[in-house]
Amino acid sequence: MRTDYDSVRAQIPQRDMIVETAIRLMVPFIQLYGLYVIVHGHYSPGGGFQGGVVLGASVILLGLAYGLPFSKEYLSEGTNIVMANIGALIFTGVAAICAFLGGMFLDYSALTRIIPIDPVEWRSLGIFLVEVGVGMGVMMIMVSIYWDMASAGKMDEGL
Amino acid sequence: MENLTAEILSKYNYWIYVILMMIGFYAMIGKRNLVKKLLGMNIFQTAIILFFISTGAKSGGRIPILDKYEVLKNGVDVNTIVNPLPHVLMLTAIVVGVSVTGVALAVMVRIYRKYGTLEEDEILQKIEEEGG
Amino acid sequence: MKALALVATFVTGALLLFSAGDFAEWGSHDSPPNRHVSVYYVENAVEQTHVPNLVTAVLGDYRGYDTMFELVVIYCAGTAVMAILRRREDEEDGKEDVS
Repeated sequence: MRTDYDSVRAQIPQRDMIVETAIRLMVPFIQLYGLYVIVHGHYSPGGGFQGGVVLGASVILLGLAYGLPFSKEYLSEGTNIVMANIGALIFTGVAAICAFLGGMFLDYSALTRIIPIDPVEWRSLGIFLVEVGVGMGVMMIMVSIYWDMASAGKMDEGL
Repeated sequence: MENLTAEILSKYNYWIYVILMMIGFYAMIGKRNLVKKLLGMNIFQTAIILFFISTGAKSGGRIPILDKYEVLKNGVDVNTIVNPLPHVLMLTAIVVGVSVTGVALAVMVRIYRKYGTLEEDEILQKIEEEGG
Repeated sequence: MKALALVATFVTGALLLFSAGDFAEWGSHDSPPNRHVSVYYVENAVEQTHVPNLVTAVLGDYRGYDTMFELVVIYCAGTAVMAILRRREDEEDGKEDVS
């Protein structure tokens, strides 16, 4: 679609077939599990922070197996910064919209003036929306901290 | 005297938390390497989180995840559900601890890049040699 | 130096254990954390928010302000690590200024 993964993969020094195959099979399931933990925050232990860390760990695993430049092709730095900011803005945006519409700050039942559902159902949906924002922000920040510390600032090769 | 020993033995959980806290505290002030001090801070924080969560436990209590339709029909008895409030506060504490560890390790990478060592007394010596 | 640290550790530990004699027993239903606000949360959270997980309901709705600042703390940590560690390619190690 966008990048040519094969040419980036051909430049990696010290390739190891077993590690590459195992990680390539595992990463989609780890990401699916992270999404499951975020969405099922209402009904089982989990929520935004826990699911975000699992999702971030999947990208870090890809960076450990294939090398840091590959994980930067997978999730570019621009996408990283933009999505982290959008995640923090979703939380504060939902809270500010509730304040603008007449309720208090973070009073989700005031959103019933835009979309007319039961105010109690809006509280449940509001909790879900902010958890999505938290999960996105935490995932991107975990990956960014790993990139900075593994390469000691230079972002050319990792652990 | 018997009452005192019985009371000390029945509150054994506080002994565990205080011993963990003091191990972390000694590592923070007694060791010279910077990474060991950071590990001591993490041990201290883990002990405090354990202590807080244990204050919310109730004997014979269930976890704070309820059955929605049954509670909407019948209501819930407070004495059978473990207190959820310390769990919430400690989620925030864990996350803040991870952030502090991340920034501390980044500062240590910079210190190593500039002074070439991670021992506290050698760093102080090099700062004095440079003239403060 | 290490002897002084050891003495300070033992003194602090003794003081903490002495004050732990006043704490409630492990698992009591009546201790101060288990009264007041927590009773209100356990009894009313499911009918006011329709969320069965009490921890998520308290963290997302009743104490949502704390969660917002927790996210801001993580974001600031990511930015701080980026500001401390990143450097351009033309900076060498010996020329970094102390300020």
